[in-house]
Amino acid sequence: MSRLFMFEKPLGMRDTLPNLYMMKEEVRLTMANEMKRWGYQFIETPTLEYYETVGTASAILDTQLFKLLDHEGHTLVLRPDMTAPIARVAASKLLKEKLPQRLAYSANVFRAQQREGGRPAEFEQIGVECIGDPTVSADGECLGLISSALMKTGLEQFQISVGHIAFVRSFFQEILGTDERVEQLMRFLYEKNYVGYRVHVDQLSLSSIDKQRLKQFLKLRGGPEVIKEAEDLLECNAGVEALNELKTLWGIIADYQQDALIKLDLTLVSHMSYYTGIVYEVYAGNVGFPIGSGGRYDLLLEKFGKAKSATGFAIRLDHLLESLDKPFEQPPLSCIVFSLERRKEAFMLAEQQRLEGKKVVLQDINGVEDIDACSALYEDITYLVGKQKEGSR
Amino acid sequence: MKDWLTVAMPKGRIFTEAVEMLRMAGFELPPEFDDSRKLIIDVPEECFRFILAKPMDVPTYVEYGVADLGIAGKDVMLEEERDVYELLDLQISACYLAVAGLPHTQMNDVAPKIATKYPNVAAAYFREQGEQVEIIKLNGSIELAPLIGLADRIVDIVSTGRTLKENGLIEYEDIVNITSRLIVNPVSYRMKDARISDVVERLTEVIEQEKVVK
Repeated sequence: MSRLFMFEKPLGMRDTLPNLYMMKEEVRLTMANEMKRWGYQFIETPTLEYYETVGTASAILDTQLFKLLDHEGHTLVLRPDMTAPIARVAASKLLKEKLPQRLAYSANVFRAQQREGGRPAEFEQIGVECIGDPTVSADGECLGLISSALMKTGLEQFQISVGHIAFVRSFFQEILGTDERVEQLMRFLYEKNYVGYRVHVDQLSLSSIDKQRLKQFLKLRGGPEVIKEAEDLLECNAGVEALNELKTLWGIIADYQQDALIKLDLTLVSHMSYYTGIVYEVYAGNVGFPIGSGGRYDLLLEKFGKAKSATGFAIRLDHLLESLDKPFEQPPLSCIVFSLERRKEAFMLAEQQRLEGKKVVLQDINGVEDIDACSALYEDITYLVGKQKEGSR
Repeated sequence: MKDWLTVAMPKGRIFTEAVEMLRMAGFELPPEFDDSRKLIIDVPEECFRFILAKPMDVPTYVEYGVADLGIAGKDVMLEEERDVYELLDLQISACYLAVAGLPHTQMNDVAPKIATKYPNVAAAYFREQGEQVEIIKLNGSIELAPLIGLADRIVDIVSTGRTLKENGLIEYEDIVNITSRLIVNPVSYRMKDARISDVVERLTEVIEQEKVVK
């Protein structure tokens, strides 16, 4: 490896400079306030977790984890998502009251990138987890909250695609029989390889009707009519329960009056094993990647010793900012340039202006080399310089 | 208003066949399309924008969403492993990836070397075979490598086999069959759902007809 430049950072790590910081903060606050209005409580968890616990329970692939050793030789990971840590906390501390817990977070997560060195390996996610409520109402609430929070940020064009993993599993199971064959076929969906899916289906020893059903499955995308189309594909009761959940869900989002933003896509398989029920991804214009995703993960809490149902979502703040595409507006800054003789006067004026809600910089005139360049930076500038009591230069 | 669709087209071998296929699917593409040197061609009547890219780069444009759709060879898809939907097998530009080398030769036992434009595919293939090899990435004229002793074998696409023959090389193993695919960005697939479905349906019809003819 060549010698590092002093300004270099590890691959995929980024600095956030003031302008971007302010934009991020504004969006984060808008989202967080909406989550709080819906009764979600924010928590923080450590950046480092044990590999054996949170690391292996997490939905993120092993190759994407940043690992290190502590002084006792335990393998640690930089948290790759927030869901697993929150499940850990919830299972060990919070679920004693047997009431659903509504938790929220905004935190940086870490995922090593193999491709394209510049892709962020650390990025901020803001999201919620609703733990201990197995009803579809909880999934519906998450969808309602996403739409409402995103609209508050000013995002105009976005869409949420909703699928159901349990439906895919039971539909495939009914036709294919074994778990292994189900996994095989699901992998094609996960890899978004529909060509491979069709070829694989053609090679299976199945009746031509079943093959047709499996191919027809790829078309289950669109509005609420998709549920009916899916029902027509079923031959027995497998999958009916999942479809009923989707029906209920559609009713819920209609009641939230947000059905225009939501589409069904039963082919959506966003992870091979993590999710167990309703899943969704959030898409917005201007960005080629989903800005967020979520779903029900009923098996995760079990790994931490409490078999509880849970659902939640996370929005990637960097992708959201990119799709908002808002020009940055520098909030007005005032400056008071003072000399030692009038320091106290300057401090009092600054305090007064700050009470009025202004952002005020106090600058000792001896600390500035180029006074013209300095004054060009600020909306209004006051000079309290020299002996005389009156006026600004 | 109709959504505009941006389509990343591969320059070179696949291009002509892909254009012909789009025309058969009923898209009105202007005649100057075929021999233009422009990199971006707008077809306002169809609300299409075509960008002409290096075949290897097509999945990249599509993954980042600057192109909604793209036409890419399966060879490129295997090599690049981009997160895009592979919706249709267009059944054009058929060829295959193969291992080739000089006739009657064995792989060097001490330091077997493979030259290829597809280092990921080649590495995966030889790993599956349990062979430990050194992969040498080249950007073209792969056939040179065994002739001048850079590598024992090459991994490259073969369509007619003429290039290999003319350079005195023979095929040792087939790796995988290749055709061109219609690929789609995951966000566009949802946000421009209706238009993309229309393209897919029309292309599917053409593929079906071609099958009957063959």
